[in-house]
Amino acid sequence: MLKVDKIRVHYEGIPALHEVSFQVNQGEMVAIVGANGAGKSTALKAIIGTVNPVSGNIVFNGKNITHQETPGIVRQGIVYVPESRHIFGPLTVEENLLLGAFTTDSDKEVREHLYHVYQLFPRLKERYRQRGETLSGGEQQMLAIGRGLMIRPKLLMLDEPSLGLMPKLVTELFNTIALLKKEGYTILLVEQNVKEALELADRGYVLQTGRTVHMGEGKKLLESDIVRKAFLGL
Amino acid sequence: MELTVQLLVYGILMGLVFALIALGLSLIFGVMNIVNFAHGEFMMVGMYIAYLLSTYLPLDPLLSLPFAAGAGYLLGIVSYRLLIHHILRGPMVAQLFGTFGLMLFLRYLAMYIFTPDVRSIKEGILVGKTLSMGWINVDASKVFSAGVCLLAFAVIYWMIYRTKLGRALRATSIDSEAAKYMGIDTKGMNALAWGIGGATVALAGALLAHFYYVTPTVGMLFTLIAFATVALGGFGSIVGAFIAGIVIGLIMVISGQFVSELKFSFIYIVYFLVVVFRPRGLFGW
Repeated sequence: MLKVDKIRVHYEGIPALHEVSFQVNQGEMVAIVGANGAGKSTALKAIIGTVNPVSGNIVFNGKNITHQETPGIVRQGIVYVPESRHIFGPLTVEENLLLGAFTTDSDKEVREHLYHVYQLFPRLKERYRQRGETLSGGEQQMLAIGRGLMIRPKLLMLDEPSLGLMPKLVTELFNTIALLKKEGYTILLVEQNVKEALELADRGYVLQTGRTVHMGEGKKLLESDIVRKAFLGL
Repeated sequence: MELTVQLLVYGILMGLVFALIALGLSLIFGVMNIVNFAHGEFMMVGMYIAYLLSTYLPLDPLLSLPFAAGAGYLLGIVSYRLLIHHILRGPMVAQLFGTFGLMLFLRYLAMYIFTPDVRSIKEGILVGKTLSMGWINVDASKVFSAGVCLLAFAVIYWMIYRTKLGRALRATSIDSEAAKYMGIDTKGMNALAWGIGGATVALAGALLAHFYYVTPTVGMLFTLIAFATVALGGFGSIVGAFIAGIVIGLIMVISGQFVSELKFSFIYIVYFLVVVFRPRGLFGW
């Protein structure tokens, strides 16, 4: 479904990604793990089109989207739920969700998706008229994910969703992601919470200083030397 | 008593025009954090369109309003696409000088084409007419202008707060990066803000031309008044621009009654006080 092939990204001349390759198949959940600054978020931003690779290709459902603009990429069904959530604070919960459906022209579809999101996150329904910034951290994360689900994405990319959440909420978050996986969403997850991410994922990639250094099935990767040494301190 | 009511009415009428002039400045700042120094020059273009159409064509100046608004819209979009879009990548200072340069360009282009002569619209259904309501006499063109400003404000408010496009515009102004992730064409939204800004201020200019003289440098004074209005109302706030416009109108008319030479000074005193004591303005974030 998504094939990222040897992309290189530079930030003002400094390389952030050196020939990173990975792929995500239909219905699969893939986790990209790695330390801070390894280039995980950059890889997702290259896919959604807010950073431009200097070389390499990104192909989605057979179409080359490497140098497309973000709106066009979103219209093809790729959603990026950004790190630190980026809720529209002064807007209401419902306005935030409706913005998630910006690329959908049919009102009927928007209403259906809104209903779906409210079923998934009843808390958001209770607070639909509240300003986004008045929600707690956990609720804001729900809102960010709910907003991403408003176009029923073909590929849902989550960037560090657990960042800044307290442990109890992290568990809740991973339960939610597991639920989305069960509903059949194709998910690409970037996480520093290596253990939880790899336990849940079908496959995982380890990124280190802008390179893909390891790839494998989620649980097997978790047991591999490189992950145990580098991330779990075992 | 009569004088007081007369002053209040005039203050509010002028205030509504000031509010419409300030609307675009506030909107453009709200969406992309750019101060458009050429804002008054956009207004001046609207004034010349009203003047030219009514003087050289057998058109009533009222009929020039849609032309002025349309020209302002195009001017805003073209300025964004040809100039602003490019200077956005530069440092803050480049952005400042960019719109400053646009101001000088438009002002002296007008000077070249029209000479510095002071002109005014001589004929029109409303020009020079007075409405008497009991013991209050008001200039008919001011009453009409205020009505159009009110209507224009209502339309823009509805568009921004009640439509999908407006929601996307607000999202862009709050967090343009996140807006991009929603699939919103944020450059298109910037261009739209410039278009609306240009259209509303040029419309205000065409209204103003009914009762104010037209020169190539007329924008200078009104840009400054618009700055004071936007600072008072809060940068980026539509409601703020509306309320502040009326407040500024009242201050100008009332202070002008007592010390006519200083009427603009009072506006800047208010501007100064706001900047010192409440820098985010009445309704700013």
